[in-house]
Amino acid sequence: MGTLIEEIFSRRAGRPVQAGEILLLDVDYIMSHDNTTPLAIKAFREIGKPIYDKNRIVLHLDHAYPAPNVLAAENHKKIFEFVKEQNLPHLYHQGVCHQVMIEEGYITPGAIIIGADSHSNTYGALGAFGAGLGSTEIGVAWVTGKCWFKVPETIRIELTGKTQHGVYAKDVMIYIAGLMGMDGGTYRSVEFGGEYITSLPMNERIVFPNMSTEIGAKCGLIAADEVTLEYLRAQTPAQGNYEMIRPVNPRYERVVKIDVSTIAPQVACHPDVDNVKPLEEVAGLEVHEVYIGTCTNARYEDIEIVANILKGKQVHPFTRVIVTPASQRIYKKAMQNGLIDILLDAGCTVTGTGCGACIGRHGGILAAGERALTTMNRNFIGRMGSPEAEIYLASPATAAATALTGKITDPRELLGK
Amino acid sequence: MSKAWTFGENLNTDEIIPGRFNITIDPLELAKNVFCEIKPEYAKSVNAGDIIVGGQNFGCGSSREHAPIAIKGSQAKCIIAPSFARIFFRNAINIGLPILECPEAAEDINEGDDVEVNLATGEIFNRTNGHSYQARALPDFVLKIADAGGIVNFLKEHDIEELMK
Ligand code: SF4
Repeated sequence: MGTLIEEIFSRRAGRPVQAGEILLLDVDYIMSHDNTTPLAIKAFREIGKPIYDKNRIVLHLDHAYPAPNVLAAENHKKIFEFVKEQNLPHLYHQGVCHQVMIEEGYITPGAIIIGADSHSNTYGALGAFGAGLGSTEIGVAWVTGKCWFKVPETIRIELTGKTQHGVYAKDVMIYIAGLMGMDGGTYRSVEFGGEYITSLPMNERIVFPNMSTEIGAKCGLIAADEVTLEYLRAQTPAQGNYEMIRPVNPRYERVVKIDVSTIAPQVACHPDVDNVKPLEEVAGLEVHEVYIGTCTNARYEDIEIVANILKGKQVHPFTRVIVTPASQRIYKKAMQNGLIDILLDAGCTVTGTGCGACIGRHGGILAAGERALTTMNRNFIGRMGSPEAEIYLASPATAAATALTGKITDPRELLGK
Repeated sequence: MSKAWTFGENLNTDEIIPGRFNITIDPLELAKNVFCEIKPEYAKSVNAGDIIVGGQNFGCGSSREHAPIAIKGSQAKCIIAPSFARIFFRNAINIGLPILECPEAAEDINEGDDVEVNLATGEIFNRTNGHSYQARALPDFVLKIADAGGIVNFLKEHDIEELMK
């Protein structure tokens, strides 16, 4: 009996557990990437014990890949050498770690996955527990197969109604970030549910647990249902008979109810993710770069929305428009279906897959005084380059509309209706 | 004496140590630039045993461990804040940097106050104004990690299961 996180942890612990307990649990997969793996290797070597189960270790090269400088190249080299030395079976350089984890079937309902990346919360979209932690703990988990967790209290976000035309999961999540604030979910499990959530396809669902990180949550969860199982069957190698774990007579610390039909397109404005405004309040602000990418919004469906808006048109001549598909698989599908042609014809730059410009290492760095509108999840000062640049966060549709005008633009003006 | 150094709310990992310094993981090297943009005098004049006092959501942002490592490298004894960002909280525990949650102390302590902290009991005493505060005592397993000097050191000598015993 309990909230979704209590139910998930109870199954793993083999007994009922409650918020507040501290548990040492087996983890299914341990994820890290080119930025965080080198420190994990260091911790691993210092501990001096063998790897517990190689099959549980999943490594990605995505944060600065292909290497934009010598330092990144050294990191990649170190990781390749380690993979060879330890004979590790799972190394990917096929796009943003979180997207690839889902596509490759590592994420299944009830699974427990830890990642050396703060957006490992993303896995909650499939009813799995995913949480980010530091590299040292990754090294620890490599040798123990375990991790300690405090069972968190839960905040339930109950979403009802249907969104207006031109309003997407991203707008709703940005609205939630504004409502809850950057520390509104600290240490908490944030459970997203209600008829709006259950009506969404997987690509839109992913946005909520992904950005639960932005409100400080330990994890963001959506209970697995038929949509989840169908997505796994159709799109991933995970073909098991997974239990659809649900909350049972849950005791929530707080329930937040939101009717999504009242929400207009939203923008998270410089310099904080909770500095949220309805788009109309910032419409017309000049934008120098539009960046469509990242683990939040660079899936096939996002690129499709952008392509539909840009089709047969030209992006603004003084706005750099960069599209970085989240994974190779997405890139390929977009190419096969003609979306990449549309983007190129409209004047976009389409880059290789991965985190791209998201952390200001390559692929679209901002100069001082510039402003970007992006589909990212975070707008910390300096994240995309100069600390004197401004980052605004919005939906892929808003990004596409803005790409055409060079100013923050309401996508509803272009979507018709 | 243990001097208090105070910081504001939602202090993020980039404000603790800007990303450009994260090319090293040497605690002493990192400590040279800790808080360099928001409180440059800290790195120059901090003394071993001084205490960091922060606001809500201390250490939010990235999962990088450079931030707590930089603070530990500066020889601060512990951090007191009303709340910590989750990953920072874990990272600090795992590298053996004690952190105490105590909204009353965080609110009341001023920069430069002389503050005494008992980590095992969570008692905090402000010698400057005579006030005392009670933080929640750290759980046993956290003290075990802190005593070993971090989880890596703990694991050199023990099995992970011993943490919970
Ligand atoms: S795309 Fe951005 S937010 Fe997502 S994992 Fe990469 S760097 Fe992190």
